[in-house]
Amino acid sequence: MRRTAGLWLLIGLLGYALLPWYMVSGGFWSFGWLFRPEEETRSALVWAASSRPWLWLPLAGFVPAALALGLARAPLALARGLVASGALGLALMAAQGLIILGNGTRFGMMAGETQPGMGAGALVVASALLFLLTTGISGLGRGRGDAFLTGMIGAIVALVGVFVFYPMTFILIRAFELKGGAGLGLSEFLPRFLSPEIWSPACLTGLGNCGAALNSLLLGLATATGTTVLGLAFALIFTRTDFRAKRLLRVLTILPIITPPFVIGLALILLFGRAGTITEFFADAFGWEKTRWLYGFWGVWLAQMLSFTPIAFLVLIGVVEGVSPSMEEASQTLDADRWQTFRLISLPLMRPGLANAFLLGFIESLADFGNPLVLGGNFNVLSTEIYFAIVGTVADPAHAAILSMILLSLTLGAFLAQRRWLGRKNYATVTGKGDSGRNAALNDGLRWACYALALPWAAFTLILYALIVFGSFVKLWGYDHTLTFEHYSRAFGIVLRNGIHFTGSGWDSFFTTLTIAAIAAPLTAAVGLATAYLLVRQKFTGKDAFEFSTMLSFAIPGTVIGVAYVMAFNFPPIELTGTGLILIIVFIFRNMPVGVRGGIAAMSQLDRSLDEASITLGASSATTLRRVILPLMGPAILAALTYAFVRAITSVSAVIFLVSARYNMATSFIVGRVENGEYGIAIAYATVLIFTMLTAILALQLIIGRRRLRRADRIDTQ
Amino acid sequence: MKGSVRFENVTKTFGDVVALKPLSLDIAPGTLVTLLGPSGCGKTTTLRLIAGLESASTGRILIGGEDVTHLSATYRRVSMVFQSYALFPHMTVLENVGYGLSVKGLPRAEIRDRAEAGLETVGLKGFGARLPSELSGGQQQRVAVARAIVLEPEVLLLDEPLSNLDAKLRRHVREEIRQIQQRLGLTAVYVTHDQEEAMAVSDRIIVMRNAEIAQEGSPHDLYDRPANGFIADFIGDANLIEVSVLNSADSTDIALGNRRLTLPLRGASQGPARLVLRPHHLRLAAEPAPDRIPAEVTSAAWLGNSVQYLLSSEMGTLFAITDPRAQAFRRGDTVHLTFDPADLRLVPA
Ligand SMILES: Nc1ncnc2c1ncn2[C@@H]1O[C@H](COP(=O)(O)OP(=O)(O)O)[C@@H](O)[C@H]1O
Ligand SMILES: [Mg+2]
Repeated sequence: MRRTAGLWLLIGLLGYALLPWYMVSGGFWSFGWLFRPEEETRSALVWAASSRPWLWLPLAGFVPAALALGLARAPLALARGLVASGALGLALMAAQGLIILGNGTRFGMMAGETQPGMGAGALVVASALLFLLTTGISGLGRGRGDAFLTGMIGAIVALVGVFVFYPMTFILIRAFELKGGAGLGLSEFLPRFLSPEIWSPACLTGLGNCGAALNSLLLGLATATGTTVLGLAFALIFTRTDFRAKRLLRVLTILPIITPPFVIGLALILLFGRAGTITEFFADAFGWEKTRWLYGFWGVWLAQMLSFTPIAFLVLIGVVEGVSPSMEEASQTLDADRWQTFRLISLPLMRPGLANAFLLGFIESLADFGNPLVLGGNFNVLSTEIYFAIVGTVADPAHAAILSMILLSLTLGAFLAQRRWLGRKNYATVTGKGDSGRNAALNDGLRWACYALALPWAAFTLILYALIVFGSFVKLWGYDHTLTFEHYSRAFGIVLRNGIHFTGSGWDSFFTTLTIAAIAAPLTAAVGLATAYLLVRQKFTGKDAFEFSTMLSFAIPGTVIGVAYVMAFNFPPIELTGTGLILIIVFIFRNMPVGVRGGIAAMSQLDRSLDEASITLGASSATTLRRVILPLMGPAILAALTYAFVRAITSVSAVIFLVSARYNMATSFIVGRVENGEYGIAIAYATVLIFTMLTAILALQLIIGRRRLRRADRIDTQ
Repeated sequence: MKGSVRFENVTKTFGDVVALKPLSLDIAPGTLVTLLGPSGCGKTTTLRLIAGLESASTGRILIGGEDVTHLSATYRRVSMVFQSYALFPHMTVLENVGYGLSVKGLPRAEIRDRAEAGLETVGLKGFGARLPSELSGGQQQRVAVARAIVLEPEVLLLDEPLSNLDAKLRRHVREEIRQIQQRLGLTAVYVTHDQEEAMAVSDRIIVMRNAEIAQEGSPHDLYDRPANGFIADFIGDANLIEVSVLNSADSTDIALGNRRLTLPLRGASQGPARLVLRPHHLRLAAEPAPDRIPAEVTSAAWLGNSVQYLLSSEMGTLFAITDPRAQAFRRGDTVHLTFDPADLRLVPA
């Protein structure tokens, strides 16, 4: 404890005395700041000594910590000292940041003072104070006295606090805002919250349209059920049959995830819309009436099924693979046939996976806004309503805030229901006992049921994507099917004259997107899996609240997060709008819950005694994580990395509010093209993105590979 | 003292569940001490507290004379053999055994040599390249032991290490564990619910019941001087018979129903007590005599090396074990019981 604390004290003091305290223009890592005017790169120490005395405050954390390190002999006294000084330093630092802003001060204190957003120095000092605090907490015997664990918990709590809760408070305050800046109150909140526009059940009785909340709920349930069933069928085909074309299937299940938004909707319109290819075909051949069935519940549902089934598959495959063969063998030796074994043993053991897949499908459906936007028609859902409340002709942030609160309660409700259903059962099936069986094959009925469900679906997906590629090579799909490269050359033209020039209009956003996704993905996976590890393996006070808060950002639709970030991070103390950093951060906290859920599902299948054995053999928690847990979690890591990378490339809802001229993203570029009616370029761009992501995913699969359980990977087909 | 373990009023609660009431114990270096008791009495919890896998709710834990109450498991010089073995499925046997050495950052060659030596100690030389899944249960168990001992821990902890083995193998492996422990001079804490296993391997036994220590002592002590009826019955079976102590000086007079007995015991307190009558101390005879107690045989089982009877008598149901060469009785026979008062013990009522 003494050494760790000493190290953090030193780091903190160096950051305080040497690093630029505020944001430097051009970004910290370019190191351009080394040559900037002195004013911009002053450290906290220099500022404090010259014109901003409140920057002495962070020292209030370091001085007592140093005293405790120097004077306290008993470990317990030292620990208490560290806790007190870390907490004091953080509180004072937050207070000065929240009170003295860029354009004045709050609460009438220190009137006339201003300061820019915090930068590298502040980050280092805050981290040092935080880790002094958590090291102290470990010294009090919490987290089994392991400073790495308490530090990890502290870091995640701090990150979620700053990047989820802090911006959300801005949204929530808005919900209670009275018209004309008359302060806060309930008088306008309640009628709006209960309005029939949101809750009307009219569609159930056939008397018109339902309210957005009800629509969202029904759609969410339908999508979650559908994706879970389909995902399970795919996962079973994958792990429990000798189906030949597994590789092709795998690619097919990945495709929809890596498809930028709007593309599936667009393709569905071009196929099933009133003027769609298939609609035309049936109208000509059988004289069927051309209807607008696609624009509404069923169209959105279909698009969401296409988009989210693979997520369910990715969650389920790890779980289905992890069911220990010996349990299935045990069941078979107890004279259960294969169907009984599946129903009574394998399926219940997959319960955490099923529950997670369902929850993800539900939340994804509720938060999805691309598909309803394109296909919704009169079918209003909460996420689009929120979007229009913010960007519509009459911007109404209060209404948006209220809708987001409803959306939040629906997703949180699902989350709580799932936890009740899973209960406290132990689903560990990979124990430390060597396990050399084979997974039981499916019985015939079930196998054919899986085939019947999954294969037509796969074929449908395949056709859809073939058409998308086709569409990118024709002049104007549906009207002029002359083959052309025009769309590609406009978006991705390269001129080879005196070197390579990327002249296409899409290159800028393409490179930005890839860079940001490549940075965000490993960070997202790391934060997500670290959280999962803490949740599954560690006991600490406030664990439930901790889990809840890490899942929260997922339940918040992207539009809301985007707007919240704009509101919260547009001015000091944390001023990030316009940077690439804010994009990375928004991706980490939007996508981390998937890593968390996947990690939880995979980790609850690893027997706890494995890590305990490692720890008692003298490995630290960090070593245990690296050498025992991570190697056994291959698929979960892969899923988290893949998902994070792909989501960073394909997500649109949050991003649309956060892109800047300098950091434009691919999806917002595509949205722009769709709005201009340039479908060809949009689809061509999407195709390029799809192939890029496919390459990246295959590379990831090769690098990380299968879970190294080294179990004979054969399917017993007897 | 290197290798000693000491608990000072340690308690452990999980929410509302009290897993350990205030517990104090001392384990001398180099001894094998067994925690024995029925399932759920807190044995595993005690072991995990020594390992540092649980932190004590209150109290102090010392290992080798040093306070480790707040020290994390990583830094305690203690290794544990898990009931489920907890072998890492993605590592070979040799990698498993060398794991503890390699996280210490020792040179590869040394890790290899010491891991090989560890495997040799447990009789698994040449199995290093296999995966745990390619070993039998007994072999996996020995790998787990090897993995724990190559670190030369101050204390070796074993949580029901034999519970997954078959009975024949169990006797063999427990002898091996005992030999290794004595050869290396390790302090070992061994958890089991099997009293025979405990008697066979232990220097000392700590019998636990309901989250606290019921009695501790050498196997001999516990058998010969049980502190209460629970111990008397748990350590070697016993018939417990209600009696009252009439007076006690150099010897003790007791009333057993309307009979008077004089036991060569000192210092029993007057009043109600229970008599400990071991099954094999009962002798059965066909002929009545004034000092013999008549009984009826309600069941008889011939086990080859002994005959076990259930008898119904004025003292209640009695359990008796006799030599197969003695006269045999059948169900329904009337027998007449005798015993040597010197074999009898008294425990509090
Ligand atoms: N992690 C836990 N959470 C709640 N109760 C527990 C936990 N571990 C053990 N217990 C309870 O503590 C008591 C003692 O358990 P344990 O030490 O495992 O008993 P045993 O003697 O069978 O090894 C039991 O009542 C058990 O239910
Ligand atoms: Mg136990």
